[in-house]
Amino acid sequence: MLTRREWLTGSAGTLLCGALSGARGAESPSPSSEPEELLIALTGKKPLIKRSFRPPNFETPLADLRRAFTANDAFFVRYHLAVIPEIEVRSWRLRVGGASVAHPIELSLADLKRGFEHVSLPAINQCSGNRRGLFSPRVPGVQWGNGAMGHASWTGVRLRDVLRKCDVQSDALEVVLNGADSALLPQTPDFQKSLPIERALDENTLIAFEMNGRPLPHFNGAPARLVVPGWTATYWVKHLTDIRVQAQPFDGFWMKSAYRIPTGAFPGARFISQETPETTPITQILVNSLITTPAPDAQLQHHQPAELTGWSWDGGTGISAVDVSTDGGLNWRAAALDKDLGRFAWRGFRFPLDTSKGGALAIAVRATSRGGERQPEKLTVNPAGYHNNKILSLALEVA
Amino acid sequence: MWPLVVGGCAMIACGSVTAAEESIRLIDAPGRDLTAATCGTCHSLDYIPMNAPVMTHASWEKSVHKMIDKFGAPVRPEDVDPIIAYLAAHYTG
Repeated sequence: MLTRREWLTGSAGTLLCGALSGARGAESPSPSSEPEELLIALTGKKPLIKRSFRPPNFETPLADLRRAFTANDAFFVRYHLAVIPEIEVRSWRLRVGGASVAHPIELSLADLKRGFEHVSLPAINQCSGNRRGLFSPRVPGVQWGNGAMGHASWTGVRLRDVLRKCDVQSDALEVVLNGADSALLPQTPDFQKSLPIERALDENTLIAFEMNGRPLPHFNGAPARLVVPGWTATYWVKHLTDIRVQAQPFDGFWMKSAYRIPTGAFPGARFISQETPETTPITQILVNSLITTPAPDAQLQHHQPAELTGWSWDGGTGISAVDVSTDGGLNWRAAALDKDLGRFAWRGFRFPLDTSKGGALAIAVRATSRGGERQPEKLTVNPAGYHNNKILSLALEVA
Repeated sequence: MWPLVVGGCAMIACGSVTAAEESIRLIDAPGRDLTAATCGTCHSLDYIPMNAPVMTHASWEKSVHKMIDKFGAPVRPEDVDPIIAYLAAHYTG
């Protein structure tokens, strides 16, 4: 219905935008009542799929998810609150303290870079609600397609090394993280998250200041953000300013009310100090995959070689197999896996498509992790629409 | 020099994105201006059509009360029902 669509007026000359079609995947054609998808460029970004302007929520188009490392200017943008200050690096300070450290410290970016060993690692950064828009039945929230995720090499220092400088006490239970972004109204809950102390002290949890060898883009958390490889992006707090170590479970809205899943419904690490009999925080990314070629609207040519390619990933064990079906899931064959870039990275897969016969190809792809988890045939419905890792399907035609 | 250039670019780009947001028009019907002004205080109005296919009268009621109770949206008591009525009439699936 046209009346339900948002529409744009004004100068097209200053605005990089246009309608986008076919990016959501053939498995889920957009109903005609869907708002139109617009490609709009934020400062420092190329045109991305606009989900909301304020706070800015912008999704990476499929075409930009084909490279092994998602370009910084194409990386998705996700905020909960609308006040996002431009941070001046010279005046930025990271305060590390809380009741469970003996010596609180304050660090400039130069202190952070000079004082601790640098670590680089490739890791998936994926929003908990990636593919929420592909849920059936539908659930409210930002209606993400496949692109609320990306893969980058993150460079920074270990959170563990910074915490050790403060002398963490034995009663430490959680580490609370706050960034410079905030709400317009003081009564709106500020976006703050916590991690179990064990996860904060994990050698792979970083305070990152670079992404793909370049300073973090403003809209991805400049000048420094948390990187929690294997866990969903809700914990990767951007524009990091405060780290507090405490002996009590953090009781902020974004831990107690948001980003929760039914207890016991999904595999993944437990967050015991935040768990109730009913719900628990989302933690690890589930095993998943993405088809990058052929595009959803591609037409395959009879007898012309064609290849199915894409990415597969999980919450930190690595990928052991990707299986492909071309008959809607009746028969499966193993795809070839590309080089393993690390257990938090995504892994490429490729599979030759048989174009010797004309007609329909009902493609399905399922990944299996080294931890033994496999993508399910059905969604586990949950109120917030998290963890959509259902087996992918793609209807192709050989003409 | 470099920060000045970056600042200049930022203003142009932000200006156009702001203009794009401001060009969103909700369906013209009684309750539109109140809804746009109230909801638009904290977030862009595109959240409304984005969620419309998923929403019912009951879920809009829940959503508006969540904005007030959890997010502290300053809504006058007499405005709550007209906002819910407008959203339920024009933005449901």
